[in-house]
Amino acid sequence: MTATQNDPLLRVQDISLSFRGIRAITELSFGIARGEICSLIGPNGAGKSSLLNVINGVYWPDSGQILFEGQAFPRLQARQAARLGIARTFQNNALFKRLSVIDNVLTGLSRHGQADVLAQVFRLPAARREDRRFRERAEEIMEFLHIDAYRDVVVGQLPFGLQKRVELGRALVSRPIFLLLDEPMAGMNQAEKADMSRFVADINHYLGVTVLLIEHDIGVVMNLSDHVVVLDYGRKVGDGTPASVRENPDVIAAYLGTKH
Amino acid sequence: MHYFLVILTSGLLAGIMYAMVAIGFVLIYKASGVFNFAQGSLVLFAALSFVTLTEHGLPFWAAFLVTSLMMVVAAVIIERLVLRPLVDRSPLTLFMATLGLSFVIEGLAQLLMGTDVHQLDLGIDDVPTNFLGLELSQFDLFASAVAIVLVAVLSLVFGRTRIGISLRGVADDTLAAQSIGIRLPTIWRVVWSVSGVVALVAGLLWGARQGVQFSLTMVVLKAMPVLIIGGFSSIPGAIVGGLLVGASESLADIYLGPLLAGGAVSNWFAYMLAVGFLLVRPSGLFGDRTIERV
Amino acid sequence: MSATTLTATERSPRMAIATLRSLVWLLGSIAVLSPVFADEYWLNSILIPTIAMGLAGIGLNLLMGYAGLVSLGSAAFMSIGAFATYNLLLRATWLPLPLTLIAAGTITGVVGVFFGLPSLRIKGFYLAASTLGAQFFFEWLFTSFRWFSNNSLTLTISAPRLELFGLDLRSAPGRYLLVVIVTAILWLLANNIVRSRIGRDWMAIRDMDKAAAVIGIPVAGRQLLAYGISSFYTGIAGALFAFAYLGTADAHSFDLDKSFEVLFIVLIGGSASLAGNFLGAAFIVLTPIVLTRVVEWFDLATVFDNGVLVNVERMLFGVIIIVLLIREPDGLASLVERIVARWRVWPLRA
Repeated sequence: MTATQNDPLLRVQDISLSFRGIRAITELSFGIARGEICSLIGPNGAGKSSLLNVINGVYWPDSGQILFEGQAFPRLQARQAARLGIARTFQNNALFKRLSVIDNVLTGLSRHGQADVLAQVFRLPAARREDRRFRERAEEIMEFLHIDAYRDVVVGQLPFGLQKRVELGRALVSRPIFLLLDEPMAGMNQAEKADMSRFVADINHYLGVTVLLIEHDIGVVMNLSDHVVVLDYGRKVGDGTPASVRENPDVIAAYLGTKH
Repeated sequence: MHYFLVILTSGLLAGIMYAMVAIGFVLIYKASGVFNFAQGSLVLFAALSFVTLTEHGLPFWAAFLVTSLMMVVAAVIIERLVLRPLVDRSPLTLFMATLGLSFVIEGLAQLLMGTDVHQLDLGIDDVPTNFLGLELSQFDLFASAVAIVLVAVLSLVFGRTRIGISLRGVADDTLAAQSIGIRLPTIWRVVWSVSGVVALVAGLLWGARQGVQFSLTMVVLKAMPVLIIGGFSSIPGAIVGGLLVGASESLADIYLGPLLAGGAVSNWFAYMLAVGFLLVRPSGLFGDRTIERV
Repeated sequence: MSATTLTATERSPRMAIATLRSLVWLLGSIAVLSPVFADEYWLNSILIPTIAMGLAGIGLNLLMGYAGLVSLGSAAFMSIGAFATYNLLLRATWLPLPLTLIAAGTITGVVGVFFGLPSLRIKGFYLAASTLGAQFFFEWLFTSFRWFSNNSLTLTISAPRLELFGLDLRSAPGRYLLVVIVTAILWLLANNIVRSRIGRDWMAIRDMDKAAAVIGIPVAGRQLLAYGISSFYTGIAGALFAFAYLGTADAHSFDLDKSFEVLFIVLIGGSASLAGNFLGAAFIVLTPIVLTRVVEWFDLATVFDNGVLVNVERMLFGVIIIVLLIREPDGLASLVERIVARWRVWPLRA
């Protein structure tokens, strides 16, 4: 009996979501154990990004609920999710393109700021101390992700792969418990994917962050994940270890396009 | 009650005039996605050119034709020098460019043609006549008739002809439109030219009413609330918006003005109305609703 | 962490502005010492309006350049500051001048937040309409209700007194000192704001507000704060403009054209730099003067009479705006910065 199996960090419970009559997700349920790396896979349009959006409060499900650390949330606000320790990255790099790398990372800490407006206007000692602390923290994360050399570069000028790492930095700087990664390796070549995989593994291993990622590269998925969930047309068709999922006939059918 | 109807109707008729100016904006917005702040100065330019020509002896229709040609030339120049270099910039940047453009056109118009007020006589006097039991201005009725004809013509042109359909394609998706061979600069030149002629018509009507002078440029400031309420990309919307703004301004001045002890409440009333609308329906009555993807 | 990381505070894209800043500091010191050398004309017609309008520019810059929110009604907020200062000077005679200005700024700030409320629902260009509404509303308000101008027949206001610690500041050097000191302090504070968490939050909202919301930035609160702080600055700038420059003002001193002037100042000066606003203001103030001088110099008065000059000016501004938007979207500030940077390497260039 493993404690992780009995009290998952996140439980998705009977989530359904539709857009203008089109069902994106249908009665989806699964759990993610604390400390694991879980991959969400499935053909395009299977509802994976939508699910991520539900988990961090960007979309509200039509029915069902999210249980995070045992607490139930039928409707989660985005800010609430952030406060609970859920962080995420986006498919299209939702970075602040005109800000530098370090400024982008620092925005990840913004909601932790305590210094009030007047302290910041007059640069009172409290504000200065907080600023120093935040910058130290940002430097730590940037070093961890090997982007500290680019700290003053405007993000919009960086190549896509580096931008992804900046986004990762912004998500990690606030010490989240749970990290949602939306196709973190999209558009990368094999070498870059290996790098990113290592970063994800390091984040999980050294920072203790539970990870849920959407990924298309089966090789990456098999190597990196402890747990795989397969979606097809918004329904779960597979849920288990990478090995078991690979053998699952429903999963194979979904990928080969067999009608069911 | 009778008084109320008169105020309302004259407001509606004024609204039709607003709508006419607003239509010029809608055309440009549909084709190039920009709120053309320079439309007001184009109205002034067109009207000034027209009166200058007629004062130099040209008959009405000749002057109309020549001025229309001038507006076409202006459209071509504007497209080449202002629109093309700014083709993929933000709407706000484009708006500010048209702001700069308005300064250029106003300055030029007054430089070349002076700052005197010109009287413009279209042959219709602003006298009350009896229409459907109400005492309405003959001129207002004439202006409304012109506006209706104009809208009908524009609807026909843009609904049936090839140019019109191309325009709608461009408004929908510029990239797709280009990929099937629609040339953006051409569309823009056509649209701005048509807008210029619309500005001329509007300029003639407004000018006949209040004289051809710098204050004509102020119509652009009235057009903004009209477009916000009616949506930026819809001609029927411009008409409905114009009517709404005209009527409510008229009523506000008469009924609200004395309450607030102030002068022309209508200066800002339309804007507050527009803001109210925006709070309820951020894309106007007829506008396109955009969905933002995360 | 090592010392380098701690001192690397502001070497972000705005680092380039450091050279610009040193340039402006140089000019600034010259400016501060000016009352000693400069004649009244220089102070009255050039320095004072430039600095006051530059401050207004900073106000709008914070809103548009940093927070990404539109305002076409800056002049209206200048007028609120001016009228508020007038009424406070008149009716609250026990308040010393600095507190009067702060109070007037605060009043303007509160009004600014109110007119900024639509920004929570309305985006981008539509927001311009709301601010235009404010512009027309206040022009109407201050001309319709005589109370604001103390029932004056001409609806004008002029400072009943301008003094600090018993010193009468109504002379040219006095007004100049007032403007410089107030602006310098507010500029310093604006700098602090821009480099702080608030500034970053604003820029994040400007660049992608949905993402900002998702990472926990309080978007609505920050937007309203932007309107509040921006209006505070613009209000005080309006008070300075009215009383240190114009002397006597009315609601029409702050009309739509004035709003456009402030907009042009931000555009010309460059929207990612506070110092640039003074460059922009200098440009706006100097152009009419330079044009007039050129006409005098070359004896072109018969060709270029006053009416013509006004229109030439108008065209010139329009052309410059368009050219800047096309070629130099970051305004004069970044252009100057590039020139200065090239100068520094010049001896080393092959």
